[in-house]
Amino acid sequence: MVKLYIPLDMAAVAMGADRLAAAVAQEAAARGETIEIVRNGSRGMLWLEPLIEVETPAGRVGYGPAKVKDVASLFDAGFLAGGAHLLNIGIVDEHPWMKKQNRVTFVRCGVIDPLSVVEYEAHDGFKGLKRAFEIGPVAVVEEVTKSGLRGRGGAGFPTGIKWKTVADCPPGQKYVVVNADEGDSGTFADRMIMEGDPLSLIEGMLICGYAVGASKGYIYLRSEYPIVAKVFQAAIEKALEAGWLGKNIKGSGFDFDVELRIGAGAYVCGEETSLLESLEGKRGIVRAKPPLPAHVGLFGKPTVINNVLSMATIPMIMEKGAKHYADLGVGRSRGTMPLQIAGNVKYGGLFETDFGIPLGVVVNEIGGGTRSGRPVRAVQVGGPLGAYVPVSLFDLPIDYEAFAAKDSLIGHGGLVVFDDTVDMAWMARFGMEFCAIESCGKCTPCRLGSTRGVETIDKIRNGMDVDANIELLKDLCHTMKFGSLCALGGFAPYPVESALRHFPEDFRRPALEAAE
Amino acid sequence: MRNVQAEREEMSGAAQYSDERAREIIAAHMGLEGPAMPILHALQKEFGYVPDAAVKEMAEALNISRAEMHGVVTFYHDFHRAPHGRHTLKICRAESCQSMGAERQARAFLDKLKLDWGGTTPDGALSVEAVYCLGLCAHSPSALYDGEPIGRVDAEILDEIAAEARG
Repeated sequence: MVKLYIPLDMAAVAMGADRLAAAVAQEAAARGETIEIVRNGSRGMLWLEPLIEVETPAGRVGYGPAKVKDVASLFDAGFLAGGAHLLNIGIVDEHPWMKKQNRVTFVRCGVIDPLSVVEYEAHDGFKGLKRAFEIGPVAVVEEVTKSGLRGRGGAGFPTGIKWKTVADCPPGQKYVVVNADEGDSGTFADRMIMEGDPLSLIEGMLICGYAVGASKGYIYLRSEYPIVAKVFQAAIEKALEAGWLGKNIKGSGFDFDVELRIGAGAYVCGEETSLLESLEGKRGIVRAKPPLPAHVGLFGKPTVINNVLSMATIPMIMEKGAKHYADLGVGRSRGTMPLQIAGNVKYGGLFETDFGIPLGVVVNEIGGGTRSGRPVRAVQVGGPLGAYVPVSLFDLPIDYEAFAAKDSLIGHGGLVVFDDTVDMAWMARFGMEFCAIESCGKCTPCRLGSTRGVETIDKIRNGMDVDANIELLKDLCHTMKFGSLCALGGFAPYPVESALRHFPEDFRRPALEAAE
Repeated sequence: MRNVQAEREEMSGAAQYSDERAREIIAAHMGLEGPAMPILHALQKEFGYVPDAAVKEMAEALNISRAEMHGVVTFYHDFHRAPHGRHTLKICRAESCQSMGAERQARAFLDKLKLDWGGTTPDGALSVEAVYCLGLCAHSPSALYDGEPIGRVDAEILDEIAAEARG
């Protein structure tokens, strides 16, 4: 029997993985070959999806991107024994894209059957939780603090401090909430880990619940990820069956339940307080802080709220110890960052690496430049609230502080590449339009500022009083940045200001055209 | 070209609204903490939209005002207050897809169907909505057709979907 892997990952499915798996099964049956197809997560080489992997004595051999029309020729080429074929990429683990990475959070993603508790355990799964049970809750919080792990959702707040605050609250009902409302354009790491290694997230939540004294965890997942919803729900059931969720987990005396909740298309619900409101069944309106969710969170109870990646990294930190993680990275950015390379790029995908790698290396060497073949003009880093970075700043290292020093942010680690056909004034307008569509409406700078921003950029694009309107736009950005309640209104100016700063010529096109 | 056998959220199978059925759905979720969102999803799945009458039932069951309940329904882009098209095509117009020309492509498609974002074809077959990121950003432009993800969307694929939905 030959074991094949064809991803169930949403990106792979979007490129035809389900049809491919069906065609491979059918062809194998017709040829009398016995095969087993495992639907795994993606390895992250998304330009190769759907990628078929065949288990051979030498290792897993990859074939991609494979289409239904390639199936017969793959069998003819003896791909079940790792045979030569145009789509053969060799041993997947030896591929340069994989070799250059340091996979910590994504170490199992794409490797194991995401819904097999046995395989998860065989790949060091639940070792972190077992160690947590041995060392006790206080030491767990200390360990997470020492690791230097910072919130991977975007804000980069130290995870250990959040946990300590909740752990220090008096005993009683507490919650663990995972923010899986991954709405930033150019990001898909949360989606990939939840499809490819969902048990790591469940284990992270268990460790967190144990450390802070919570018995209930919620995952708030965006509705745009229907495959994640299916896979993750199935993973919860598998964990329950295996006794890794529920009452008295593995005789520890610790009880923990996990519930998956689905959002309803509101970007602002990725903001933690808005997310909590939505979980409670209300409009996703941002709450003023303080009180912090750590003190007054879900249903008014102390709540740890962490991003998927932060939580899914916890098991490894607990297993290998804080120092192992803290030794990676640069400055105050410790550990690794799963970068998501997207947009107009030749080799798009997920690339996990230690902090400190220069942006230009990621875009040009790893990403291979643009898909269109035209020169790169700008890269938006950190989603719709992130700055547009010009090529002249490509030596900037991936590091929270280095980006902040250039009025930019890393956010959730998404990179969207644009070629030289991009109209940056239009992108600035879109940034404001998006903020207007998604604003929760609670604070004036965001609610009204975003609409006034669209109008002002329209005037600029139409060549009306350009100098005065650019000044007005800058002033508006300032007001939004410092007057908004949350990051939506507060960061929406980043793309606008960066476009104005680095690509001023795009805001003067009508004037130039008129002068010609 | 695309996956015809895929499991899809067929809107055409939407049930006729009744207060009784709405109350059953609501009651089935009352054991949850903060049940409003799961109930709204379940109502929309059953009826294809969230009817005002169901909102009234929800407000009573959750012991909140109808105004407050109305506020929740209208806050979220996903919930529809009127019957929707039998099929839904969500086209991404976020930055990554724009970097691959999605905006122009979507505009041309909408113009062809004489629709604006959020509109439904006159035969009730297809609703076209904007979505802001599907997490398929390495395969931009992307779309979601009745829950089925599609990468590297081009004009031909869009036309095919429209024809299939309306056929």
